[in-house]
Amino acid sequence: MTAPAAATHGVPSPDPTPRVSAMTWVSVFVRTLAIQGSWNYETLLGNGVGFVLEPVLRQLPGGVHSDAFKAAMARESAYFNAHPYLTSVAIGALAKAELSGVPPERIERFRTALCGPLGSVGDRLVWAGLLPFSSLVALIAFGVGAGPFAVLAIFLVMYNVGHFGLRIWGLRVGWTRWLAVAGALANPVLRNGPAYIARAAAAVAGIAIPLTVARVVGPTRRPLLEGALLAGALIAVGLVRVHGRVEGWKLVLVLIALFALVSVSVAR
Amino acid sequence: MRELLPLSMLGGLLGLDVVCFPQMMISRPLVGATVAGAFVGDTYTGLLVGATLELIALATLPFGASRYPEWGSAAVVGGAIAAALHAEPAGTVTVGVLATLATAWVGGWTLVKLRVWNAWLARRKRGALEHGSRGAVVGLQLAGLTSDLARAMLLTAVAYGLIFPVARATVALWSFDEHLSRAVTVGAASAVAAAAAWTIFHSARGARWYFAGGLLIGLLILAMR
Repeated sequence: MTAPAAATHGVPSPDPTPRVSAMTWVSVFVRTLAIQGSWNYETLLGNGVGFVLEPVLRQLPGGVHSDAFKAAMARESAYFNAHPYLTSVAIGALAKAELSGVPPERIERFRTALCGPLGSVGDRLVWAGLLPFSSLVALIAFGVGAGPFAVLAIFLVMYNVGHFGLRIWGLRVGWTRWLAVAGALANPVLRNGPAYIARAAAAVAGIAIPLTVARVVGPTRRPLLEGALLAGALIAVGLVRVHGRVEGWKLVLVLIALFALVSVSVAR
Repeated sequence: MRELLPLSMLGGLLGLDVVCFPQMMISRPLVGATVAGAFVGDTYTGLLVGATLELIALATLPFGASRYPEWGSAAVVGGAIAAALHAEPAGTVTVGVLATLATAWVGGWTLVKLRVWNAWLARRKRGALEHGSRGAVVGLQLAGLTSDLARAMLLTAVAYGLIFPVARATVALWSFDEHLSRAVTVGAASAVAAAAAWTIFHSARGARWYFAGGLLIGLLILAMR
């Protein structure tokens, strides 16, 4: 950031057109990766937001010992809830709002208003879109015979291009649009992306599941493969029908534990 | 048990990735079990366990305050156990998956306790936080990160230490064929994956047809082999 603008009666005023150095942005970006470090059931992401914004807030007139800095830290460390990746949008916007001297009440209202949209968009786009899609593509690679390094590289590169891209985009768009950032959430990628990803992931799931089963079962074991797929399909229908009442992973735990018990009980 | 320390460090890093830092999804079971397998000398067995678990993990969506299994540390435990027992292949993948699921269950509980612990720490610092103390904000964040790392390392070490002897005895007594064991395990996992795919994607228009089309392609690829 450039030096604070005019000083009035010895007290520097906020800069109406603030700047943040590249090193500060790097520091903010690295901190966004740890934004959930103190996640808890009372303030949720709140302390993380204050932690991420701290390098930027140091540039408030008077520095870290000023009342402006302390008031901003207190404001930004209060309750906040959103998707961790898309919180970057809020970080960018709040950074500019704080440095530009926007009135505290307005910042607090703006901060509260961002929670819902950033949470729901992020959950649909990342947790229910990008993550299962990347995972299923990697499972296809596994199913067609790719080695461990290739499978892991496909998953991690595909997922993290989206992950890091979203965080960087969020900081950028938050900073440039700040108090008008809500418009950026109407971006076609965010608005229609989840539906497109869901369709693609559905198709990829259809391909990945049988291929993965086949490779785990092993070659030249057709009756076992067919049996596994058929049993899997029947249990899946049952799980869909009792949706929400039985967690799939717990059911598998019970089924496999019973299978193991039978296996060690049966004489060789 | 010479591998316990490096495995607990790996489990700590991967457990930290689940929520706290850096959420790059190195904590997914596909990654965790494979890397743990490589740590103890059998990457391929780790990959088999990881791929099976990844099918199950598709049903876990880590939405905000929801409770979910902690796959990061758990996958390290399961992948390492299966890989360490690979000399007796029958049952190793099944036992690895079982070890992961049990550890993930306990791990999910420890995550809840960590969040309660973080809230307690935050309450103790409330006064300082309300006065905008930079030290309190940064300190709270570092305390949370350190606690999570310690939680995940301890979980990995305790789970591996407790489950490994049981797993070794189980594999020694295992009576079913290797491929049958894998078929039962991955068949159950595929059920969770298919149900998860339906639950997550069915609200998108036409997704069921995309799934059916994909399934047809997958089965055709298998038929042509």
